[in-house]
Amino acid sequence: MAINLSTILFFVFAAVALGAAIMMILHRNPVYSAIYLIVAFFALAGFYVLLNAPFVASVHIIVYAGAIMVLFLFVIMLLNLKHDPIRERGKIARRVFATLLVLILLAEIAVLIGGSILSPNSDGAIAAQQTIVGLANGSSDTTTVVGNTKAIGKELFTTYILPFEIASVLLLVGIIGAVILAKQKLTT
Amino acid sequence: MPLVYYLLLSALLFIIGVAGVLLRRNAIVIFMSIELMLNAVNLTFVAFAAHWENLEGQIFVFFVMVVAAAEVAVGLALIVAVFRVKETVFVDEINLMKW
Repeated sequence: MAINLSTILFFVFAAVALGAAIMMILHRNPVYSAIYLIVAFFALAGFYVLLNAPFVASVHIIVYAGAIMVLFLFVIMLLNLKHDPIRERGKIARRVFATLLVLILLAEIAVLIGGSILSPNSDGAIAAQQTIVGLANGSSDTTTVVGNTKAIGKELFTTYILPFEIASVLLLVGIIGAVILAKQKLTT
Repeated sequence: MPLVYYLLLSALLFIIGVAGVLLRRNAIVIFMSIELMLNAVNLTFVAFAAHWENLEGQIFVFFVMVVAAAEVAVGLALIVAVFRVKETVFVDEINLMKW
């Protein structure tokens, strides 16, 4: 594997994403957790750019860092949470169970991916300037770069028009549900 | 970068998300861990889309983001509603459905 700019950037982004994610689950204060998660999201957007998906990267920044995390911070501040280390600490049996489950998952990855790294014909490198030759429906401009926003839009509004409309209905239901749930007082 | 590095990274991010869900007791942090898991899967989708030179993976990421946005809106509204009744977001103390 040649050392080039994208390789260096991959490891920088990987370090940032993993570090921020670990800090997110370890930090006691939920506001800091949210900020660390935003850092991790920016690193993920960097991966999307490296993978020739600029549309996904920009939508990711707008939707996650822009909308979802603002919503999280808004709710954290609305609820005026004091971080309480004693209540945060779960039962010891559950912590042991959680650690065991995480270790089992890690072992699974080690077995699955470790085998594929060591095998000689692991996979071809993702070239930086890969081109996609046409879409499934044979669009006119056949040579478009992977992640081209135009190609995604064309695909989204032809092949995936029904899922697209269902997604819009889902968002509408989500909005209505959120308003109804947040508005009225639940009775106990 | 070879595909396997992206798969390894997204698997690690997913495991960190699982650990967050299992270890933390704050419902909002649990929600953020779920978002992290969704994003780990998104990274896998985009990595495979680049590997197989196919746009479908990126379109799926788009739909995952839609579902995540709707889920966050409803979930945070639920947390706010529960907080109004129970005055807490720690999941150990929310046992309305336990008997």
